[in-house]
Amino acid sequence: MIECKNINKAFNGKQILTDISATFEQGKTNLIIGASGTGKSVLLKTLVGLVKPDSGSILYDNRDFTAADKDEKQEIRREIGMLFQGGALFDSKTVAENVLFPLDMLSDMSKSEKADRVQFCLQRVGLDHAAHLMPSEISGGMAKRVGIARAIVMNSKYLFCDEPNSGLDPQTSIRIDNLIQEITHEFNITTVVVTHDMNSMLEIGENIIFMFKGQKIWEGTKEVILGTTVEELQNFIFASKLIRDMKN
Amino acid sequence: MKSFGKYIILMSTLFVRREKFSVYWKLTIDECILIGTNSIFIVAIVSSFIGAVTCIQTAANLVSPLVPIYVVASVVREMSILELAPTFTCVVLAGKVGSSIAGQLGTMRITEQIDALEVMGINSASYLILPKILASLITIPMLVTFAGLLSILGGYIAGIMGNIISTQDFIYGIQIDFNEFNVTFALIKAFVFAFLISSISAFQGYFTKGGALEVGQSSTSAVVKSCIAVLVADLALAQLLLN
Repeated sequence: MIECKNINKAFNGKQILTDISATFEQGKTNLIIGASGTGKSVLLKTLVGLVKPDSGSILYDNRDFTAADKDEKQEIRREIGMLFQGGALFDSKTVAENVLFPLDMLSDMSKSEKADRVQFCLQRVGLDHAAHLMPSEISGGMAKRVGIARAIVMNSKYLFCDEPNSGLDPQTSIRIDNLIQEITHEFNITTVVVTHDMNSMLEIGENIIFMFKGQKIWEGTKEVILGTTVEELQNFIFASKLIRDMKN
Repeated sequence: MKSFGKYIILMSTLFVRREKFSVYWKLTIDECILIGTNSIFIVAIVSSFIGAVTCIQTAANLVSPLVPIYVVASVVREMSILELAPTFTCVVLAGKVGSSIAGQLGTMRITEQIDALEVMGINSASYLILPKILASLITIPMLVTFAGLLSILGGYIAGIMGNIISTQDFIYGIQIDFNEFNVTFALIKAFVFAFLISSISAFQGYFTKGGALEVGQSSTSAVVKSCIAVLVADLALAQLLLN
């Protein structure tokens, strides 16, 4: 479980996150939704330590990440897997080498154990046939799946996904969403997904946080979100005619 | 001043939270190939031609019958070892290697590859920059030595083919009044320039923000700043070590 308490962050005097408190539960896909520019990605980067909050605390299973020293931070970070918006695969490495990379750098496994683990993770995301390909030779959806395989290869306890569906067709998006949810349940990890995709929200939103202008203004599940009375959330969700028709 | 402070902090982070030695070994060897081996051709071309031109121009200007012809070879030797090989080669390398380092790191930054390393708990600065600096410190002095030799060889070929100087005079000229410290001085310069080129270019690339346009700007800025740093260091080292 990840908890963030009273997180504030400003860039050049402009407040980006205001007093954000939230709990991301273990074994569930926790979604952070909101329009572009509301601070979702900044919150995600703050959670993983890429951005330092001005105030507030982040707790990983009751371990204070913000107050931790370098070694403790390192330890927590090694339990984190992250899927970046563009995949963030290393261009000079093949698909298999990308997945192998965290193991090579951070684990004491033997060569054969590492190879087995890479094979398992690639199989899990359905890409064992693409192990030898370079990132430039695979599609966007495949790059996302390699990113997921790399994120879980260390048996991560926490999985963060930044806009996993961006740039993907609806069918591939749903495949990626389902994969994230399956992995979350299968390995009982705490997953946090930043998205503004309505399909994702309704498919995998087991715990949803809605952000507006840097503040968390709603929290709930996919079952209750369509019945919301919060005006900003209504404007966000029902911007699409499809969703309006669905509600009616 | 703010940038300089940031540069110093970046350099100091290269030596904290380092990874296993074997990781750096492999990366440094790879970088040696990229920085060193892949630069041999351009260094060979540039240094032989500047040696040849130095020989021809020196001969053209030493028209007095009071000046013996072997002086042309001595001038080629001194110019090559003291200035042309270390400084000229490093200015060329600032363009080739500097832009490559800045471009590579800049692209890694904007495509979130550096963020991916940080999230894994890897010191991205140390992992990405330290091998480049080590490889530069190893290969650039080698390239400078190679450039010095080829520059003198270029001068010799131009002198012989242009009927400027005989082989005997040339060999006599490059041996007479030879000061061994000049070679040491050239190597000191090569080490300093290697550090400046690799670290400044890495700094420019590592802190790239934005997109493709900014990566291009970082590469340009890396080349310009590295060249200026090389020239300033050249002056400072000459003042410090030759006076």
